[in-house]
Amino acid sequence: MPCCLVFAERVGNDDVATSTLELLTLARRLGEPIAVVGGDPSEKVIDRLGAYGAAAVYMYDNAADDPAAQARLLAEVARREGPCAVLIATGPEGKRLAGRLAVRLDCGIITDAVDIEPGPVAVQSVGAGAWRVRSAGLGATVVITVRPNSTSPEIAATTPKVERIEVEAKEQDRAVRVVSRTPLEGGKRPALTEASTVVSGGRGVGSAQGFGLIEQLADALGGAVGASRGATDEQWYPREYQVGQTGKTVSPQLYLAAGISGAIQHRAGMQSSRTVVAIDTDPKAPIFQVADFGVVGDLFSVIPALLEEIGKRS
Amino acid sequence: MKILCLVKSVPASTVDAGFRADLTLDRDSVEGQLSELDEYAVEQAVRLAEAGLAQQVTHVTMGPSAASAGLHKALAIGGDDAVHILDDALHGSDARTTALVLAAAAERCGFDLVLCGMGSTDAEMSVVPSMVAELLGLPELAFVSELSLEAGTVRATRRTDRAIEQVAVALPALVSVTDQIGEARYPTFRNIVAARKKPVQVWTLADLGLDPALAGLAGAATAVREMSARPPRAAGTVIADSDAAAAALADFLADRKLLPHP
Ligand SMILES: Cc1cc2nc3c(=O)[nH]c(=O)nc-3n(C[C@H](O)[C@H](O)[C@H](O)COP(=O)(O)OP(=O)(O)OC[C@H]3O[C@@H](n4cnc5c(N)ncnc54)[C@H](O)[C@@H]3O)c2cc1C
Ligand SMILES: Nc1ncnc2c1ncn2[C@@H]1O[C@H](COP(=O)(O)O)[C@@H](O)[C@H]1O
Repeated sequence: MPCCLVFAERVGNDDVATSTLELLTLARRLGEPIAVVGGDPSEKVIDRLGAYGAAAVYMYDNAADDPAAQARLLAEVARREGPCAVLIATGPEGKRLAGRLAVRLDCGIITDAVDIEPGPVAVQSVGAGAWRVRSAGLGATVVITVRPNSTSPEIAATTPKVERIEVEAKEQDRAVRVVSRTPLEGGKRPALTEASTVVSGGRGVGSAQGFGLIEQLADALGGAVGASRGATDEQWYPREYQVGQTGKTVSPQLYLAAGISGAIQHRAGMQSSRTVVAIDTDPKAPIFQVADFGVVGDLFSVIPALLEEIGKRS
Repeated sequence: MKILCLVKSVPASTVDAGFRADLTLDRDSVEGQLSELDEYAVEQAVRLAEAGLAQQVTHVTMGPSAASAGLHKALAIGGDDAVHILDDALHGSDARTTALVLAAAAERCGFDLVLCGMGSTDAEMSVVPSMVAELLGLPELAFVSELSLEAGTVRATRRTDRAIEQVAVALPALVSVTDQIGEARYPTFRNIVAARKKPVQVWTLADLGLDPALAGLAGAATAVREMSARPPRAAGTVIADSDAAAAALADFLADRKLLPHP
């Protein structure tokens, strides 16, 4: 039976990222999933990986948080197991790891897949969603980065075989020194790229205080807050919440844009959302072209009224 | 101290650019331009040179003849010279070949610092810099939003989801920059004219000692199987704000089961 490697990411000590569960679910279409997880995972982490179908778990405890070191680890596991594909969640760190790993394995690399089919075939959505592309690796294996939220995690309980793996540390791993580090509050809301609802504000929100209303709506819907570059450039909301070509790519069940015109660079980051709702004063704003439901109006009147309606219904 | 900027020329608009029969992006019938996200890297290189911290800035591109437009834009922003890797065998190259070629070119040029954009605006893969770094055995500062150089050490600011980090690495190294690092200057007419006189070397795969069989569509490690235009999104409902608008929107959300469960 062919196998498929999954680069697993932990959340805290005892949990794994939702995107990892999604990868395990997709990996099962290709073969037996084998998870590789770092940082001396707890029993609970191994159980969780097993619950979503990991037939084996390779763990490493040397502080390999550098993509170059992780790439060597994954390459070593790949050498032992001969997977037909390696799946990694799309994200800045994931891309770095994927690039370095593809060089190590001298194989093809496909990024930002939104679906995986047997083959392995990766499905991508390109040109701000105008094209759907199906691609395959031509060698024995291929590295694929998959966008979070591309599928719903499905349980398939197994008891994984657990292996420990180590690779030699290299000078190069320690080359980059972190001189100082200011942690950002994670907050109580779901992670932007993993949330099933995202409420985003743009320049139409008018001020940092205005984002209070966006946060209120996000909380009423149990969602995350996003922002356009128009809003992050004004510093009304932090950069890491920016959605779009140079920000995050999101594909939630619901994307609600308020005061965002819908420039192509913004749409590039949200066009694969299942349902799009737009609130904007300008009826000609391009965001309405991709909206399933739009309200032409002032967000400061529409959102409070919507909050009231949601209150009535719950 | 020598800086190489890896810059890509992209079709002026990817949305209007079509695809050819071999499922590659049509890069010939649409005018090329410097990928917007690479302008930020060029600007940083030029600022380091202006501050006397770099003695030479060389732009490197791999692409068809239309890619010279992007090189000229980069040279108009600043820098000393450029290298264009141009070879018909490269048509249809994937990320792996691109990285192999750029790494070989970098080795031939010699460098202390390699600067890249955070992603090309057409391929949008954001993997070529890490691949080039791995091939060259270089440490990498990726997606940085501030950059400085002193005594052979690059210092940078990096924002991740979890933290804002100040990081440092000794040269040689590769750095990719985000669009937060500062807009590129607008080239003056004088600089656009002056750029035409700056030397551009054109290299083939043979010049780099690379086997053409590894390049292009034939040498690609991935293949596009199928490409289909996504059916246009069914036009949505757009209503004007009125007393009933919020209720209609709430109904719509409830219908699609998008409201939180009571
Ligand atoms: C290289 C590059 C990368 C980029 N990357 C990104 C990216 O990652 N993400 C991104 O978002 N952008 C990105 N951009 C910027 C993008 O081109 C747009 O400039 C940006 O998205 C505009 O933000 P906006 O829609 O908030 O602002 P605007 O375009 O100014 O739109 C504001 C909207 O608010 C509406 N409005 C005003 N007041 C109200 C009100 N009271 N109620 C309701 N509506 C109101 C207006 O009618 C308007 O439609 C990038 C640009 C470049 C060049
Ligand atoms: N053909 C190319 N020529 C020169 N530089 C490139 C080329 N392709 C990619 N790059 C560099 O790699 C970065 C990321 O590109 P990509 O991985 O395609 O998104 C770009 O911003 C450039 O700095």
